[in-house]
Amino acid sequence: MVELHLIILFMIGASIIAVEVKDLLSGVVAIGAVGIGLCMAFLILKAPDLAIMQLVVEILSLIILVRATIRKDIPFSVSGRWVFNTVGTICFVAVFLTAAYVTLKNMPAFGECLMKVSRFYIGNALPAASSRNVVASIIVDFRAYDTMGEVAILFTAIVGVLAIARGTGRSKEDQ
Amino acid sequence: MINKGYEETGMTLIVKTVTRITLGFILLYGVYIAINGHKSPGGGFVGGVIAALSFVHIMLAFGKKVALKRLHSHTLRISISIAALIFLFMVMGPWRERYVHIVMPLLEVAIVGGGLFAIFVALVLLSKSDKDAE
Repeated sequence: MVELHLIILFMIGASIIAVEVKDLLSGVVAIGAVGIGLCMAFLILKAPDLAIMQLVVEILSLIILVRATIRKDIPFSVSGRWVFNTVGTICFVAVFLTAAYVTLKNMPAFGECLMKVSRFYIGNALPAASSRNVVASIIVDFRAYDTMGEVAILFTAIVGVLAIARGTGRSKEDQ
Repeated sequence: MINKGYEETGMTLIVKTVTRITLGFILLYGVYIAINGHKSPGGGFVGGVIAALSFVHIMLAFGKKVALKRLHSHTLRISISIAALIFLFMVMGPWRERYVHIVMPLLEVAIVGGGLFAIFVALVLLSKSDKDAE
């Protein structure tokens, strides 16, 4: 678990850099470092499905963000109500930590799950769904309606983005 | 050749040559991960994102005109919509037990890959700074 803690510390440091740095492109690169650290944490926790997904999505979003920020730089403003902001942040952190402590105290320990639902999946993935990858069998076979809802959400998001970007996005030579 | 008549747009010659070689392999790897998701880590979503990355690769290396000529924006939208309808029919319909392992990841590749590439295209076409630069 030492390497997991090291990676989590690296991610926390990179996200603080991403928030605090003045240059927008440096912030985007720091966000990419956070994503790669999350991918390695998934690999250490033995979830290669999620690690592949995180790596690929991270690459695509990094390309889009770099493409969007490479030519322009937004001026950074730190003036304003810093007393209110600091007090609000401290209050929020205190509430979050208290709620997290109360919640995490009642959860089962890390690595010792209750195995009520997952025992069914592990037992039935090979005979019922003929799949060696339990995650894929849950997504595609046991919970196909769930996947359909997920794809419907994605489709709606795509349609929304295209509808917003359409009016000014088309130019005459692209028709 | 992909970049016939557009030699001046996009990145340098080295990047274009490497892109021309690796493009098919990236697309093939995306489809492999999608179809083989039942036996090894992966799945339709990841394969779709890799397929979108291969087209993003063309667009970054050769410029947006070549990429849009290869995969037109209108064709992209129609294919996403048809894939979504087939997906709905696949899950709701009577023959969901039969070919769901092969067809569902491929449809997810079409929806996710086409959708993310369409969003990328829309963002690139929307940005004013590119139009000023060209």
